[in-house]
Amino acid sequence: MSRVIHKFTTRIPTWRPHVTPVDFDNANEAQREALKETPSNTKISDYVLVLAHDPESLRIRTSLFNGIMYDKGGLCREERELGAVAASVVNRCIYCAAVHAHRYNNIVGDDAVMKDIFLRGKEAELDERTRAILRFGMRLSETPPNVDQSDIQALRDVGLDEQEILDLTLSTTLFGWANRLMHTLGEPVSNA
Amino acid sequence: MAHVIETAANVSDSGALFEALTMRGKLMDLTEQSHDAALLPSDEGGVPRAARAALACRMAKICRQAGLVSHYQALLESYGADADPHRLADPDATPGADAPRLAAMVTYVDLVTRSPKDATKADIEALREAGLVDADIVRLAGLVAFVNYQLRVTAVLSVMGETQ
Repeated sequence: MSRVIHKFTTRIPTWRPHVTPVDFDNANEAQREALKETPSNTKISDYVLVLAHDPESLRIRTSLFNGIMYDKGGLCREERELGAVAASVVNRCIYCAAVHAHRYNNIVGDDAVMKDIFLRGKEAELDERTRAILRFGMRLSETPPNVDQSDIQALRDVGLDEQEILDLTLSTTLFGWANRLMHTLGEPVSNA
Repeated sequence: MAHVIETAANVSDSGALFEALTMRGKLMDLTEQSHDAALLPSDEGGVPRAARAALACRMAKICRQAGLVSHYQALLESYGADADPHRLADPDATPGADAPRLAAMVTYVDLVTRSPKDATKADIEALREAGLVDADIVRLAGLVAFVNYQLRVTAVLSVMGETQ
């Protein structure tokens, strides 16, 4: 019997939906069109099949998500992942936090930063730039969002330019979006 | 730039921020399309467009984002003077026992806007008990999730624009 996971981890859990996923074989035309946008080389996940209940939104989702996380230039890949983790920690989306901490660790080749963030959140002992990015991402993810001139200035002080600040904003807020779907429409369970 | 976010954030059409947005032009276009899919869908299902505009306005007020409050107020008014009889757009108002379906929707919107970390399976069950089918639950969740993204992008762009 798999159990629900409540603690942050970099071991990617299974996502168990609270809503019945669309049955691919019985999907309507709009749903099939939207599902075509997802990569065809992997099995379509339950998460995407749940979102297929709203095909108009799902149709746009893959290009927007991939663009924000992978388009060239601007903020480096690992710092976009850090923005995603910052939002996921505030919103306690265990699943998103696991996936994106795992990606961050793979890119930088070390798991110390994520271990510390999962343990101590904003109080993690990080280098200046990493700490500023985490802090910005977490403050932006609160409700109402906390962002004023001093928050932007703190990013400029550690060397982020306008493009990087925009890219960090997009990756962080994208996960405010994803967390609100993933963490409410289902739950993370152990793979065992 | 006629996009909802750039207009609400009052982004000027020159300078470093404008250039950064231009470099991400495709993403800002997709963001605009996501707005249309969440607020103006061709298939609204059991979540009517006027209620979507009213709930978006409510979330913008909770997040104190003046530019988007104006945008959603105007969108709501475009549906007529009686488009929001249960005052969904007012964060201090909650629909009564005569509108259990709307009341359940508002409970979900408020929780997932203010404190998504506290959401549990029971919150989805409550929507179902109030009569929302699975597709409407996903539509409502998609609306709340998108608007919270849009509110935060707008918040940052507004502040960044001030210093230019």
